[in-house]
Amino acid sequence: MVVQSSAGSFYNDDDNTVYCESGGLAVGTLLLIEEDKYGVYSSLLLKYFLAEGVVCGHDLFVASAQDPPANILKELPAPLLDDNFITERVEATAAKSEDCQDSMQIAWRYQNAPKVETSPTTSIKFGHYYDVSQKMSPELLQSIKWHSFFLPDEMPLEPKLKMCNMNCGYARLLQSIQSVIYQEGFDGSHPQKKQKNILRIGIQSLGSLLWDDDICSTNTPEDIHSITKFLYVLRGLLRKSLSACIITMPSHLIENKAIMERVTNLSDVVVGLESFIGSERETNPLYKDYHGLLHVHQIPRLNSLICDVSDTKDLAFRLKRKQFTVEWRCLHLTGFAYDVLYLSQVRFQSADLYGNPMPPLPCCSLRLHLPPDLSDTVSRSSKQDLAESAKLLSSGCGAMAIGKKHLDF
Amino acid sequence: ACSCSCPAAQPCFVACQGVSLTAAKERGQLVFLEGLKSCLDLVFGEEERSGQPSPLQFISGSVSNLKDLFDFVRTSLTPTDSDCWKGRVLLVDDLSVLLSLGAAPVDVLDFIHYCRMVVCSQLKGNIVVLVHGSEDSEDEENKLVVTSLCHHSNLILWVEGLATGFCKDVHGEIKIIKRLSLESTEKDVIQIYQYKIQDKNVTFFARGLSAAVL
Repeated sequence: MVVQSSAGSFYNDDDNTVYCESGGLAVGTLLLIEEDKYGVYSSLLLKYFLAEGVVCGHDLFVASAQDPPANILKELPAPLLDDNFITERVEATAAKSEDCQDSMQIAWRYQNAPKVETSPTTSIKFGHYYDVSQKMSPELLQSIKWHSFFLPDEMPLEPKLKMCNMNCGYARLLQSIQSVIYQEGFDGSHPQKKQKNILRIGIQSLGSLLWDDDICSTNTPEDIHSITKFLYVLRGLLRKSLSACIITMPSHLIENKAIMERVTNLSDVVVGLESFIGSERETNPLYKDYHGLLHVHQIPRLNSLICDVSDTKDLAFRLKRKQFTVEWRCLHLTGFAYDVLYLSQVRFQSADLYGNPMPPLPCCSLRLHLPPDLSDTVSRSSKQDLAESAKLLSSGCGAMAIGKKHLDF
Repeated sequence: ACSCSCPAAQPCFVACQGVSLTAAKERGQLVFLEGLKSCLDLVFGEEERSGQPSPLQFISGSVSNLKDLFDFVRTSLTPTDSDCWKGRVLLVDDLSVLLSLGAAPVDVLDFIHYCRMVVCSQLKGNIVVLVHGSEDSEDEENKLVVTSLCHHSNLILWVEGLATGFCKDVHGEIKIIKRLSLESTEKDVIQIYQYKIQDKNVTFFARGLSAAVL
């Protein structure tokens, strides 16, 4: 049930489009998103994750202390699917199909490891595209089972309900998650129950004041252990069940950096969003096409000593009218100027309900931008040269790519 | 051997040499305390299992020290009559997590101290402890534990990424510090290697002599 995160590959197809792909969020793991300053993009990523769960027919568990989970679910982006899919899904839900689902996979792709291969490799492509300007239809949402935890509804919390000296809100949330996992059989405790499914857990703004935790409001919080204990127990629950979890956290408000260090060590994957809203980067021409940067702080090592490390750590994101994309920025020194290569790809993806690979869709293009004063000396060259240039890029150790090649798209 | 694991990761060194932990566990050579599982039993399990406290009882807050964890280690490693294993090794992965779970630094250090007395002095065995740490860390409690451990260790393996940033062929550097004597002022012997991690193996080489460069 684990999505193997293998080294991705570049390959060309007949349309001169370069594909990039990589693995996803493995079942049983925890992804922590450090929220951008206003929580705009982190909340969008969480919705993508939940939306993908709906399209795949997974169960959802949504926890929040601020927005009612039902409202969060009403704002999920609409998937770009053909009408047949929706009809079939509604029928399948009604008929309660007993088909066995061979590949239950969650994929949240956000980056890849470049390796140039000149021949196309066959690999399963999963995923769905979403239109963030449209909302998901209520019928589609109703076709799956979802559970919620809204802290204000749990009040008043019994003060005596102290689990491990933990903050009451966190303790109640853990109990709620554990009970859903147990009752719905995600930990294998009801083998006779229907087919196996996956539980996607989304927790919004954990650690904020609304969770009755003061780590975001003072440098010397009263209790620095609640959040870390919560994460540890949560990871234990994830590991022993068919579930995966994304948590967003307003880490920019946490002054005590020791807490964030511990939180990072206790998570499997940690990414941070830095939006340009209100910062000087908003007007920096280098970033004019983007809305923010995506920092990767931690990636998991699953069943292996090594993790899927890409050569490039500079990721920028932007929210287009319909789509959220993450792009790489590679800066290479040619001796006179900076060549900037943009690679565009991110999708939130998975296999469809029956494990069928999604049809290949162009998801990446390679573009080269040169500073205006050097454009006279640019020479356009063949695909072969581009491949060599990309090879140089991937050899790492500070190799210099003398690339003046690009692909038109 | 006794291995105490906090995250569900396998101890790095043993995995490097391709040892099968499952097989070792089956023949009684390995006692494996899986922290995540043990914690779940403590938090969600039924109360009072025949008066035997959980090794991770300190998480519940009912005790503040790590005595239960130490008792578990001591019981697991104490030789029995049918025991034929030659040496004793305690592997701890990783100690920094205990701080995240609410243990105070002094309790963590006490735990290691007691383990050292039993495993090293009494049973003539070895202890291998993994801790997290970095120079720009602001986790003072963790720094305290790391510093104190370093003072009491015969061998320190200090592993970090390259100062120049990420590199595909050289993942980092390992500094091997051998303390010739903990009491005297003899200089430590220091060796530095670089390494590259593969799927199930790690290759070590002298600085600047990575296979990619040669």
